[in-house]
Amino acid sequence: MITLTTNINSVKKFAVKREAFIYYIFLAVLVFFAILLHDTAFLSLDNFMNIVRQTAPITIMAVGLTFALAVGHIDLSIGSVVALSALVGAMLLQTTGIPIAVAGALLTGVAVGLINGVLIERLQVSSLLITLGTMGVVTGIARQISGLESVPIINSDFTAFFGAGDIFGIPSLFIWTIGIAAIAYIAMKKLAFGRHLLAVGGSPKAALAMGIKVTRIRLYALVISSAAAALAGLLYAGRLHGARYTLGEADLLTVIAAVAIGGTSLFGGRACIIGAILGSWLMGMINNGLILSGFSTNEQMIARGVILIIAVAIGVKELKNG
Amino acid sequence: MVRTALDQTAIELTNIQKSFGGVKALKNVSFKINKGEVVGLLGDNGAGKSTLVRCISGIHQPDSGEIKVNNQAVNIASPLDAREVGIETVFQDLAMVPEFDISANLFLNREIKHKNPILRALGWLDTKAMDKRAKKALNRLNSRIPSYKEAIHNLSGGQRQAVAIARAVNWGADIVIMDEPTAALGVEQSAQVNELINVISSQGVAVLLISHNMQHVVETCDRAVVLYQGQSVADVSISDVSKEDLVGLITGATTQAA
Repeated sequence: MITLTTNINSVKKFAVKREAFIYYIFLAVLVFFAILLHDTAFLSLDNFMNIVRQTAPITIMAVGLTFALAVGHIDLSIGSVVALSALVGAMLLQTTGIPIAVAGALLTGVAVGLINGVLIERLQVSSLLITLGTMGVVTGIARQISGLESVPIINSDFTAFFGAGDIFGIPSLFIWTIGIAAIAYIAMKKLAFGRHLLAVGGSPKAALAMGIKVTRIRLYALVISSAAAALAGLLYAGRLHGARYTLGEADLLTVIAAVAIGGTSLFGGRACIIGAILGSWLMGMINNGLILSGFSTNEQMIARGVILIIAVAIGVKELKNG
Repeated sequence: MVRTALDQTAIELTNIQKSFGGVKALKNVSFKINKGEVVGLLGDNGAGKSTLVRCISGIHQPDSGEIKVNNQAVNIASPLDAREVGIETVFQDLAMVPEFDISANLFLNREIKHKNPILRALGWLDTKAMDKRAKKALNRLNSRIPSYKEAIHNLSGGQRQAVAIARAVNWGADIVIMDEPTAALGVEQSAQVNELINVISSQGVAVLLISHNMQHVVETCDRAVVLYQGQSVADVSISDVSKEDLVGLITGATTQAA
């Protein structure tokens, strides 16, 4: 009994450490840049609102990807969905109103998610390979329909609502971030749906034996991941007053790193929405700090890769210990 | 040992037959379990134990024969049907999510929802109500489990088994099927599981215990049904037979004196 108790305590301590990891590293990076960049505007509220706004599409993609990871899937197609849905939205805006354009863009995301999910279940192939395939297909379609040209957006209501403007004096990107984060947090933590997602990711056999519709839950998770990427596409399009096939193409690594460092397991069964948000802000803060320090885009890419490796290393180590 | 209502039949199987292709897995198997009785289902690998259990728990359909629960003929077409008539199966792998706490596992896919109708429609969980009932369910078994908030992967094998049994009983099961509950356990933990089986049977639950462990069968069961090549070759009171007799029946070396 004594050995059992000590075991439980040490495991608990470890779990606490893992969940809290993102807070420590967030704080450490903050202090690091605050000291390094003490003669710049890094440590100001304005700069932080800037980071939150700039990172909004990444945050929303990270939150969406958390759902896919919760059931044990990875979704590599999210970056390509950003471009395609932004283009679909921008093109529809040229002839129709906001509702149809937004619906078209989001349905594009839902459709890709459904295709991913159905192919994975039907072919019984890993999500890694299927979404790698759809990533290529969706990127190709985005390049094809745009003819490699940018599609401008002149509808100022759209750009105000999705990115560039304010709503009631609050930056719309900030509202989107907080709104989506709150919904995702509730769905994951408070609803039976979130519990079933994690059960499917943690032990598919147990979920099945208890009568959970495992296939359907996995499908929902991929649709959420892809629909979130579509929303991120709209936010990019709003902020940049237009869409281009290159949107989101460099985001995949950033999003995976953000989610992994935020404490979500890359192997299913554990998901942390708040961690994903803090993780994405961490990535934004690092980018921001590196830019203010005068590092180039290439060097920022290297930094992101290193962070991902660190995050994954922690995740794998934990898997072995757990 | 206190037993209740021993003369009331909980489940009765009559002439159950099941074939897979040309292979007859079960040939006219009949037996019954009374309320509060623990019956061991014995047999060598391939004797038909698993097939029989699957027929009762709704995974397979018998080709012919009748299953009566509480003296009523039932049609068990799915695991859900089995649950509805009061049959719960404790699977060998226990069907639990290791990362979840005990409470979450007890209520997996049978969560208690919030009282507010709007939140209920969303599937909002009433965690407090579930925790309260989890605590009660564990207390009912006098099990030595630290807290209903403990994650399953922090529990010992015996404690996990106890949670799986608690889940079955918590759902008001009248009949609990246990597949090799002590196969992976040490001596002390096996003893704890035996104790649990005694507790639930004394509460009137009928238990069908599949086991290879003769010692375990002799210690916990009231009766034993032995399958040999798909046929029921013995239905004996444990007090009338020795371990050696049972082994003989299982291997087909002896046949029951009628």
